[in-house]
Amino acid sequence: MYAGQKIRRVDAFDKVTGRTKYTEDLCDRGAYVARVLHSTIANGRVIRIDTAEAERVPGVVRVLTCFDLKEKHYFPTAGHPWSTDPAHQDVADRLMLTERVRFWGDDIAAVVAEDEIAAARALKLIRVEYEEYPFVLDVQQAMMDGAPLLHEAFPNNILRHTQTRLGDYEKAIQEPGLTKVEGWYETPVVQHCHIENFICFAEAEGDRIKVVTSTQIPHIVRRVVGQALGIDWGRVRVIKPYVGGGFGNKQDVLYEPLCAWLSMQVGGHLVKLDVPREETFVSNRTRHSIRNHIVSWVRPDGTFAARKLEAFSDQGAYASHGHSICAKGAGAFPQLYPCENVEVDAYTVFTNKSVAGAMRGYGIPQAMWAVESHTEDVCAAIGADPVEFRRKNLMPVGYVDGFSKNELYCDSFNQCLDRAMAAIDYERKFKAYQNQTGDVRRGIGIAMFWYNTAVWPISLESTSCRMVLNQDGSFQVQVAETEIGQGADTAFAQMAADVVGVPLEKVHVVSCQDTDVAPYGTGAYASRQTYVAGFSIRQTGLMLKQRILDYAHLLTRMPVFNLDIADGNIVRTTDGRVLMSLAELATEALYSLTDSRHITAESTYQVKSNAYSFGCTIAEVEVDIPMCKARLLNIVNCHDAGKLINPALAEAQVHGGMSMGIGLGMSEKLMFDERTGRPLNNNLLDYKLPTMLDHPRLVAEFVENPEPTSAFGTKALGEPPACSPAPAIRNAILHATGVGVNTAPVNPHNLFRAFTEAGLIHDESEVSRDV
Amino acid sequence: MYDIKALYEAASVAEAIRLLQEHPRAQIIAGGSDVLVQIREGRRAGAELVSIYGIDALRGVTFDGEGAIRIGSLTSFSHIAASPIIREKIGVLGEAVSLVGGPQIRNIGTIGGNTCNGVTSADSASTLLAWDAVVELTGPEGIRRLPIRDFYIRAGVVDLRSAELQTAIIIPKAAYEGYFGHYIKYAMREAMDIATLGCSVNVALSDDRKTIRDARIAYGVAGPVPMRAPSAEAAAVGRPVCADTVAAFARAVLSDIHPRDSWRAARAFREHIAVELARRALTKSIELAGGALDG
Repeated sequence: MYAGQKIRRVDAFDKVTGRTKYTEDLCDRGAYVARVLHSTIANGRVIRIDTAEAERVPGVVRVLTCFDLKEKHYFPTAGHPWSTDPAHQDVADRLMLTERVRFWGDDIAAVVAEDEIAAARALKLIRVEYEEYPFVLDVQQAMMDGAPLLHEAFPNNILRHTQTRLGDYEKAIQEPGLTKVEGWYETPVVQHCHIENFICFAEAEGDRIKVVTSTQIPHIVRRVVGQALGIDWGRVRVIKPYVGGGFGNKQDVLYEPLCAWLSMQVGGHLVKLDVPREETFVSNRTRHSIRNHIVSWVRPDGTFAARKLEAFSDQGAYASHGHSICAKGAGAFPQLYPCENVEVDAYTVFTNKSVAGAMRGYGIPQAMWAVESHTEDVCAAIGADPVEFRRKNLMPVGYVDGFSKNELYCDSFNQCLDRAMAAIDYERKFKAYQNQTGDVRRGIGIAMFWYNTAVWPISLESTSCRMVLNQDGSFQVQVAETEIGQGADTAFAQMAADVVGVPLEKVHVVSCQDTDVAPYGTGAYASRQTYVAGFSIRQTGLMLKQRILDYAHLLTRMPVFNLDIADGNIVRTTDGRVLMSLAELATEALYSLTDSRHITAESTYQVKSNAYSFGCTIAEVEVDIPMCKARLLNIVNCHDAGKLINPALAEAQVHGGMSMGIGLGMSEKLMFDERTGRPLNNNLLDYKLPTMLDHPRLVAEFVENPEPTSAFGTKALGEPPACSPAPAIRNAILHATGVGVNTAPVNPHNLFRAFTEAGLIHDESEVSRDV
Repeated sequence: MYDIKALYEAASVAEAIRLLQEHPRAQIIAGGSDVLVQIREGRRAGAELVSIYGIDALRGVTFDGEGAIRIGSLTSFSHIAASPIIREKIGVLGEAVSLVGGPQIRNIGTIGGNTCNGVTSADSASTLLAWDAVVELTGPEGIRRLPIRDFYIRAGVVDLRSAELQTAIIIPKAAYEGYFGHYIKYAMREAMDIATLGCSVNVALSDDRKTIRDARIAYGVAGPVPMRAPSAEAAAVGRPVCADTVAAFARAVLSDIHPRDSWRAARAFREHIAVELARRALTKSIELAGGALDG
């Protein structure tokens, strides 16, 4: 069995030697270079664009503006499976280039040039005249009557509002003896910061258009390029090479349609569109900033009588993934700590900011920031122990979600808590850090998280696999779930080797998806690759094995029910004798003069299940109060992700997710100028992505309760690690100092404000005036 | 791909001066860790460049005849930090430049570039200012020397004349002998960051280590250029080594500094941190000098 072993990544050697080809490595040097001109106002309309001077720059091939877009095909960008039901389709509100500008950084024109320098020079020479409108940056101000309206079809800028009502909240809060705990909790706009910026290139092939792109979702990109260009989807070919990280930004269609269109405008010539880091921050996608208002009514025995959540999700200027993100977080609220009387109102609202889309955790990091910060505030308000309170109120074993039919089969929460607490020596530190005084104090804090694998039953969950046997008994595996750096190909190889019965090196995973030949599926998102691909790999592997054994029957005269494949050999199960190698069989099958066969298998599996994936973070901090700085000393995540296919890769996934959670909790925030709407810190110097030196040793722990619905006992692990570190860090700082910061990130600016308000530090300028 | 009009490479200081005279619009490039970034941003796109990076004569840390420490302007941060002379005589400078960016930047970045950029956040600048460094400039008319505090004119502008280049930074013997110092870089990250505030302090104590004979303090990012805090220095010189002196010194910096109120950091926050850094840097400097704060 390879599943469960720390197998070395199948792409390890190529990656460390630099042999792996990413999109840019594959682009011919003769490509034209495209650059996008972005709007420099936050809201308004382009009146006129003067390109004359730009067109005179030597090396410029074409300058195309929003006014050159003669056919206006509005398209959706979210990397969701298409719905044939118009009511469930994503909002189609984008154009490749737009006259109507809705955020600073909107796409209004493009330059195609022979090289980057000519393109950059031309961009600077394009003159744009705008009609400017008032703009709105704050999510709740955008909902007010009279606020600048971004999209006519959405009054008060509300993209969507959903509600949950359980029991009778108003009646429940009348119960005598309740303690009311209320708070506002907010997360910032952050960006994915994958190491490979978004890049694609396009060229004509006959009457078709080929796009090679750094994406998580090649088949979805194909559909959307077709929609955006108004051409048949079969005329679009999308190729996804190795990807240097996506984290959800590349679960959106970004500039593939524009790049394809630009190529068509220059006679089908190869055109490359490589987005600089500064533009990646502004004009790709971001994480939704969500402002949450939570009210809890708590009984003296430490149980909830009633709870209320209002969530205001800042969508930015276009719908992208839209309300799905806020809705997912709002869905976690009544489940993590079930309560009989709950009111939830979730709003997703347009503002004149960069467009928010999918990002690792998909609304859950924001929701956990609010819910787990609030849980700690509840404990403080009623004097409850943070661990005991959680154990008492968390989702109980046997809980079933009525909609998805997800079930908590095992005591995952308590098991994860126990393991994390032991790993970080929680009990001792929690006691030792009570009631400290002095400038430098330590604290330890907990946060749980709720997550679920995949998207069924909200969306289609379809997965396809193809296996092709070679003469040497090895075989290729193709799936539609994409390798984007997470190690999916290695997990797929392990599963395929086990199902068919061959040594791991006999499995060749085809990493590149080319929509002309790759089996259909919707790509990498929702922490579903291993779970979902597992179904089609197992089903297809069994088909391949059956065909091999059928042929083995012809060659060996033994009945199929007495045959098996083990370690790459055809084995008679009755006595364990090796009858022939799979290589001998495969060679004979291809070249037989009596019965030649190309042994392959291909199948689609529609997954109609979904799985919870739970866990927690415990963080330990040291806070230097006068310096307004918190340092993370230790942090541990514990996950029940079911059975781990590859524990080494699982650990690496958790490390990466924890790092992202640390950034959200402590340092990252994309800022916008209140006066202009201009992004302020869209570069890696001013945007404070944590460095290696800002991380302590990251500890990943697991409890492995096999998921009963899964083909290999697995469930989500890609996104869950990013969900709980931020509130755990916030709660540790609260433990250390008594100050709870409700607006992430808990950076020195916010700590200065919070410590000043709490009287822990004094405003020095006041002091100096006294002196 | 960088938008560079022309690149002229100088092998000697004389050749560099000649090239700068021949190409009056050309800009000097040393390690390139600032210039190339600015070209990419478009600020210096299309520039003509005179590279002085190949002039090995401008590299290295030595003593001159009078015991002054001479740092060639092309000496990289890594080499400064590793220099035995720096480690022995003015260790704080090595510590300060070890906080610049990351290892790659410290290998390519030079102290001359760091100062000629004229930016207030340069990690070497506040320490050089606090140690009364002297800048050596070589041009068509020969060599001139001026105190580094006069070298900085305003944000991004230094006293570098036409066809002139900085050839060395000198720390006179009187400026370092008997002094002990400490630099604190206050930034939002532990690496790869520019200072929100930088504070460099050094002291010389009396022979019995009970009195502050001299104290010097300089900040980066407390104003448009690196700056000294003379009120704070006055509040400490001649005062006893004690917590009250440190507190008075720290409070007094607010009379001297003018930090900006910007989206990068609020003025009140920077002022609060400035006082705290002064307190901590002076305390540490006194410790290094063998002094002890009572209580």
